[in-house]
Amino acid sequence: MKRLGWLIPTLYILFLMLPIYWLVSMSFKTTNEILGSFTLFPQEFTLDNYKTIFTDSTWYMGYVNSLAYVTLNTVISVCVALPAAYAFSRYRFLGDKHLFFWLLTNRMAPAAVFALPFFQLYSAFGLFDTHLAVALAHTLFNIPLAVWILEGFMSGVPKQLDETAYVDGYSFPKFFIKIFIPTIAAGVGVAAFFCFMFSWVELLLAKTLTAVAAKPIAATMTKTASSSGYELGLLAAAGALTIIPGAIVIYFVRNYIAKGFALGRV
Amino acid sequence: MSLELRQVSKNVDGETYIYPTDLRLEAGVFNILLGTTLSGKTTLMQLMAGLEKPTSGEIWFNGENVTSMPVQTRNVSMVYQQFINYPNMTVFENIASPLRVAKMQNSDIKNRVGKIAEILQISQMLDRRPSELSGGQQQRVAMARALVKDSHLILFDEPLANLDFKLREELRDELPRIFSERNSVVVYATTEPSEALLFGGKTATMFEGKVTQFGDTGEVYRQPNSLKTAQVFSEPPLNTAIVHKIGDVFKISDDVSWPVGQKYAQIPDGEYTVGIRPHHVYPHRMSDSNIAIEGVVQVAELSGSESMIHFRTMGNSWVSLSHGVHVYAAQEKTTLFADVANCFYFDANRKLITA
Repeated sequence: MKRLGWLIPTLYILFLMLPIYWLVSMSFKTTNEILGSFTLFPQEFTLDNYKTIFTDSTWYMGYVNSLAYVTLNTVISVCVALPAAYAFSRYRFLGDKHLFFWLLTNRMAPAAVFALPFFQLYSAFGLFDTHLAVALAHTLFNIPLAVWILEGFMSGVPKQLDETAYVDGYSFPKFFIKIFIPTIAAGVGVAAFFCFMFSWVELLLAKTLTAVAAKPIAATMTKTASSSGYELGLLAAAGALTIIPGAIVIYFVRNYIAKGFALGRV
Repeated sequence: MSLELRQVSKNVDGETYIYPTDLRLEAGVFNILLGTTLSGKTTLMQLMAGLEKPTSGEIWFNGENVTSMPVQTRNVSMVYQQFINYPNMTVFENIASPLRVAKMQNSDIKNRVGKIAEILQISQMLDRRPSELSGGQQQRVAMARALVKDSHLILFDEPLANLDFKLREELRDELPRIFSERNSVVVYATTEPSEALLFGGKTATMFEGKVTQFGDTGEVYRQPNSLKTAQVFSEPPLNTAIVHKIGDVFKISDDVSWPVGQKYAQIPDGEYTVGIRPHHVYPHRMSDSNIAIEGVVQVAELSGSESMIHFRTMGNSWVSLSHGVHVYAAQEKTTLFADVANCFYFDANRKLITA
């Protein structure tokens, strides 16, 4: 029994890794090979797919657009959530608990519910097909989440830290930026990570609110066929590249996330 | 320098945290706030510091009304029971932070931090982060930060409560020495009567948001003006019983009575509360003024050279604290001896009879 202890985790990891392996393997094949035969390894190893993505602006601008609105969204969400979370964690005010819960309920509606009103609104304000439009639309989901995560971290910091800083002579803004934010840096990291992830994988709103100038990579990837027929290899390469930013972000915040779980807020 | 509270009170959500309080604290002596948890010590300190605004009343410092002055400009220092340091800064930067905010010259900062770190014996760890230090060292850092600037008012809120015994003893010795060289008003909150007696100075006893008495520590201990003060200033808790004065005897019950004596001869007959400190109740007769009390032992705690005997007598729970090891079994019937020459009498209003 004990000797087979490695078996189940191995099977599980294989099961998880298989689609990713298949994607990466496909990205180095030609479309003919993908359609023609079932091969475990690329028979004619090619980098053409990647070359196309990095040279064709309709492809690489997808990544640029996605990264632009995701970054913008993460910055806005965290900056807005920080003072809000501070208020929830430090002050008692009328309806604070209800407001806190209501914030979270914003996440309960599917994005599709908001697609139409957002499309109308952003068109009316001339924001349609801009990075800002997608970034703002995603804050609807990300600010509540960020507030919730940050509030947990902030409530873990004793109020006496605030008081000590005031006694030392710090004004509130100085205390907040120089002492408080560094103290909960792990929480800021975790909140930013979740904002980044949501915004990076969200497709519906991003697709609805953009046409050409701010078109995200995921939208580009949904065009399966072009004038030259099916381009499965190209799509596989685009997919493989799309995994990378998320993987990088996870690598940087992995320790913080464990801490967030320990505080019961992730 | 002096800090004066004039009719200061604090209500939060309709609940009274501090009843109108008058207090005048001077520099040069240790001012101790003595009271149990939730007695209002911390709230009173926050009012003194300016972290909280009083609901009514005024706070004066050196003849200046500072009631509405924000804490940042009042030049105060505070140390909490929890070890509060800035986790993102090194120990050096932690201690230096009040000076940095005050825009002091770099060389001066180095000088001062070095000096105070020396006094508090943390010079070796200036480059480390607070989280890498032990609890006692963290609290030393917090104290260093409080002492590095020339504050007018220094507030210590049970700073030694979370430290282990040995460190506490050490810091207890050091603190009065550190403070004696400063011209600032020092306020020290504690729950332990023994700590108050050790530091001397002046003590304000607090109970449920009221300062029940303020005066020289020894005097408050020897002459508590009310039952509450005596109870707050007694550890283990004060032994009390209802006593009737009938002519020239004090009588708790038919079996327990003693002569009134010269000192209280003039007080009228009636019902009083007698308070006897645990260390005036002995397992053996010690002098002629001892009276015998029958009791049932609840538990006897032996700690090295002292015995603490909890027993029930005359419907009350009493405690005897004595030198030497005295072994009792639970539920054992025994006779203990209370020294009525060293007891307090309180009238119907719980005020001390001073006859």
